[in-house]
Amino acid sequence: MVEAANDLDSIEAVRVSALGKKGKITALMKTLGGMDPEERKTTGAALNLLKDEIAALIASQEYALKKQALEQRLATETIDVSLSARPEKQGKIHPISQTMEELTTIFGSMGFIVSEGPDIEDDWHNFTALNFPPGHPAREMHDTFYLPDDPDETGEAAKKLLRTHTSTVQIRAMVEQGVPIKTIVMGRTYRSDYDITHTPMFHQCEGLVIDKDIHMGHLKGCLQDFAKAYFEVDDLPVQFRPSFFPFTEPSAEVDIGCSRKDGGLKIGAGEDWLEILGCGMVHPNVIKNCGYDPEEYQGFAFGMGVERITMLKYGIPDLRTFFESDIRWLQHYGFDPLDRPNRATGTK
Amino acid sequence: MKFTLSWLRDHLDTNASLKEITDKLTAIGLELEGVEDPSEKYAPFKVAYVESATQHPDADRLRVCIVDTGNEKVQVVCGAPNAKTGMKAIFAPAGSYVPGTDMVLKKGNIRGEESNGMLVSEREMGLSDEHDGIIELPTDTKVGTPFTEIYGMNDPVIDIALTPDRGDCAGVRGIARDLAAAGLGTLKPLKHTPHKGAFKSDIGVKISDTKGCPIFMGCLVKGVNNTASPTWMQNRLKAVGLRPISALVDITNYISLDLCRPLHVYDADLVKGDIHVQLANNCDSFDALNDKSYTVTDAMTSITDDSGLLGLGGIVGGVSTGSTEGTKNVFIECAYFSPDTTAKTGRTLGIDSDARYRFDRGVDPEFVQAGIEIAAALVVELCGGQASEIVSAGKTPSWRHEIDFDPSYTARLAGIDIPADEQKQILTNLGFEISGSKVTPPSWRSDISKQESGGKADLVEEVIRIYGYDRIEPVSVRSAHTVSDSAETTMRSRIRLARTALASRGMSECVTWSFLTKELAMKFGANDNANADSLTLSNPISEDLNQMRPSILPNLINAALKNADHGQINTALYEVGPDFQSGKVNGQRSVAAGVRYGAQGNRHWSSAEAARAVDVYDAKADAIAALNAAGAPTDNLQVQRIAPNYYHPGRSGALTLGKNVLATFGEIHPAILEDMDIKAPLCAFEVFLDNIPESKKKGSAKSLLNIPAFMPLARDFAFIVDENVEVDNILRAAKSADKTLIQNAEAFDVYQGKGIEDGKKSIAITVTIQPIKQTLTDSEIEGLSKKIIEAVASKTGAVLRG
Repeated sequence: MVEAANDLDSIEAVRVSALGKKGKITALMKTLGGMDPEERKTTGAALNLLKDEIAALIASQEYALKKQALEQRLATETIDVSLSARPEKQGKIHPISQTMEELTTIFGSMGFIVSEGPDIEDDWHNFTALNFPPGHPAREMHDTFYLPDDPDETGEAAKKLLRTHTSTVQIRAMVEQGVPIKTIVMGRTYRSDYDITHTPMFHQCEGLVIDKDIHMGHLKGCLQDFAKAYFEVDDLPVQFRPSFFPFTEPSAEVDIGCSRKDGGLKIGAGEDWLEILGCGMVHPNVIKNCGYDPEEYQGFAFGMGVERITMLKYGIPDLRTFFESDIRWLQHYGFDPLDRPNRATGTK
Repeated sequence: MKFTLSWLRDHLDTNASLKEITDKLTAIGLELEGVEDPSEKYAPFKVAYVESATQHPDADRLRVCIVDTGNEKVQVVCGAPNAKTGMKAIFAPAGSYVPGTDMVLKKGNIRGEESNGMLVSEREMGLSDEHDGIIELPTDTKVGTPFTEIYGMNDPVIDIALTPDRGDCAGVRGIARDLAAAGLGTLKPLKHTPHKGAFKSDIGVKISDTKGCPIFMGCLVKGVNNTASPTWMQNRLKAVGLRPISALVDITNYISLDLCRPLHVYDADLVKGDIHVQLANNCDSFDALNDKSYTVTDAMTSITDDSGLLGLGGIVGGVSTGSTEGTKNVFIECAYFSPDTTAKTGRTLGIDSDARYRFDRGVDPEFVQAGIEIAAALVVELCGGQASEIVSAGKTPSWRHEIDFDPSYTARLAGIDIPADEQKQILTNLGFEISGSKVTPPSWRSDISKQESGGKADLVEEVIRIYGYDRIEPVSVRSAHTVSDSAETTMRSRIRLARTALASRGMSECVTWSFLTKELAMKFGANDNANADSLTLSNPISEDLNQMRPSILPNLINAALKNADHGQINTALYEVGPDFQSGKVNGQRSVAAGVRYGAQGNRHWSSAEAARAVDVYDAKADAIAALNAAGAPTDNLQVQRIAPNYYHPGRSGALTLGKNVLATFGEIHPAILEDMDIKAPLCAFEVFLDNIPESKKKGSAKSLLNIPAFMPLARDFAFIVDENVEVDNILRAAKSADKTLIQNAEAFDVYQGKGIEDGKKSIAITVTIQPIKQTLTDSEIEGLSKKIIEAVASKTGAVLRG
């Protein structure tokens, strides 16, 4: 009878008819009370055994039926999990932003604070204050974009231009924040040049440290630490060689070691050098132009092209592509918004 | 600046190897750009003896040659008509790179005869176009002699990058002087015999413009023969990239490169009267030796004779008095032109000549007399003739100045202790004169500052560049307290957070130009800006990039359109950067702007929603997300219809705090869409990061969280309201019913159409009520609901939908 019950309802009916309040076994159990003790003992034992057997049979049949029912249900509920997941647009951070955040992290860990200044500058901040005398050939190194003169100003302050370097903010920071100072500046810079290795707009990162006792050893230590941290090569060879910038004296250019084999570039120890930035001790005239005594205060400054070091670190071949906003490029060279540089990952 | 190793050795007595020399050049600030050693490039090519040349058995035009290279005898098949037994030729073995054909030689078999190399023609060596036959050398040429030796090409060419301050190294002798000071040998004395003029010059000189030209010297050489210059001179000029022209021109070029002493030669028979250096007459013009004509202005230092303008001093000479093959009498000019003048004139006229390069950087004012004498002697030596006495006008410009030299300043500025004697020795070797604590820079170093502090720093650089930058010990600048400092300014934090938030929303960050075409700028706000003309570049790189951007949006819209042209439709792009409202320091804003174009995404099996068109509410969500990330109090924002006129007036808004506009969003104006030929849906936003109020919160602690003990409950209401009533007003009204208990109100349905009277709409809202002190009774909830309905009705005219 139990086995004949082939759905959950019938098995429940069987259970009620046998073990329910009015069930047959229950009725027989009730007869035990009228038996003499000896008979009750043997019959009781037999009845209990029977009750347990029936209960077990019912449970087992119930289990089998439930299992069968679940299997049937699962069979009907099966769907095609090979269908693609619900779409989500993946946004990316531009490599220039990534690098500027890395620079903030690295220099931040050395105690530098970010300073800012305007893109539209004047002749004084961009050139004269930085010791580019009028007519100086070094001015020609910078192909400058000019804007109409500002009628509210006179002289060099009226001559408006797009800053050709972030060094302008050295001046503003020293004048506005005072010395000692330890600051970095990052931002857009402009030069009238457009070819395979030049774009009319690009980004620079500038650093400035002024105090009473900052010397070239500090300049070397700072930039060596930076180069190792940024390129993530602990034993990166770093070379300083004499150069010329109007606003530093002595001046230097910094190279890092690399090897070029089979058209590939590998940063680290190697037979070649790769220029990454310019630097030097801030020219006494610049310190004077900001209102301080170069006999008392001295320090160093450096500047580098953000695109250049980004291209080198991440293997991006063409400068011009940075500004083309091609979504395929942005998706490929861009960074995940969860992958922001921080002190745990970005510096050494 | 290019020169050859042997040329350098003319001035520098040294045992240093090429590698030592090039490493030292970079170390002292004369950065090596490259070295080309032809003897390495052409190493396999050597003189060989053609032992026999016999007819190829199977080809009429070929010969089979047995070539003796000195080491072995090899068979070569040769097609040259002049290949013959007993000749000396240049042989290249298999495996050699042949420059003229840009190919590597392979072993071959030509019609059954083995060929193990090549006998080369001049064209194959890249020497000339001559390819009628192979190179034939005199029969006494020694077998095994390198090809480069025979052609005078066994001289490595060194190229250095000169910084603008080092004009003194724009001549080989200056470079040798620097290397000698750096300990790489000794500077040889300059050969120079005193000048004896045989007669007085027929041509006199005078100067009116003494500012542009303080001193001018000349020498007339009569009876010259202006043929080709000697091979050694031609080889050197060719090695550094100059084309030999004639002896006279080559001499001027050579002395300019050798001694950094630019010269000019005039055909004396074509000069009318005396030479007069004066400021030019406005609008005079002349044909210059660079095949161009120039019109001058009155600020330019010109060289004139009785006939008028001959050339521009220190920049370019004129055709009218240029030397030719037929020149018999030559007048040599050797002058000092002031850097300011040549730089200005050259820049104005756009002339970059080798002479100007040197005058701009400052030539040695003490080397005018020696220069003219050396030039005259070399002209007589190479072209014959007789030299006149030197004619001269003006005087040597003053250049002497003294700098206080304090050896301890080197340690202070450079962080390295160099003994005072060693410092003095370095300076002396560089030509500085030291007398007590005063130092006088040499006449050729006009780059050393005349100012007190600048000059002192210059001396430090001179000392340490020779001593070696590599010997300065690096010192860390990490300071002990850095961890507590925040490197970012508030604005940089806002920029970073807005950027991250937008990328997290599936938008990709662009960096676009700060400028665009003015025409488009006028459509995006510049037309309303009285300052627009002050933001137009005077010298743009192109007319497409002539106006500072009043908004980032047009650049992003163009980027989306360009991507669509590449088949990348449905883009979501943003940029965080500056836009420009005026040329003043405060005229620049920091803006996070974005556009969504086309559909939200591609069609997807899961829902039609995946490919729905982008709309205003996407842009609004983007703006709020960016604001929120950047720290704006987004809960308190109002929505006002005051977006700029490049937005669709009915489908745009501004997110404000009172009068302070934090962001604008919306669809772009249909007229602009039509102008830009935009057909797909487009929405945009701009978040003005400068306008976000500073947080009043101090420190990093968050406010204390009170989790209510009671379940929140929701009540839904449907209102019929005039279609012009904005939902925000209804929600604000609902919330105002009880500011303590009502936590939030949101619209979940907006309906117009069947069942709703024309001009009306149905708005369904859900209000979240959060009991605070105790659970609310049914009658309390009832009472609150009534207050909500009354508030909405009184403030918006809405009626509860029956």
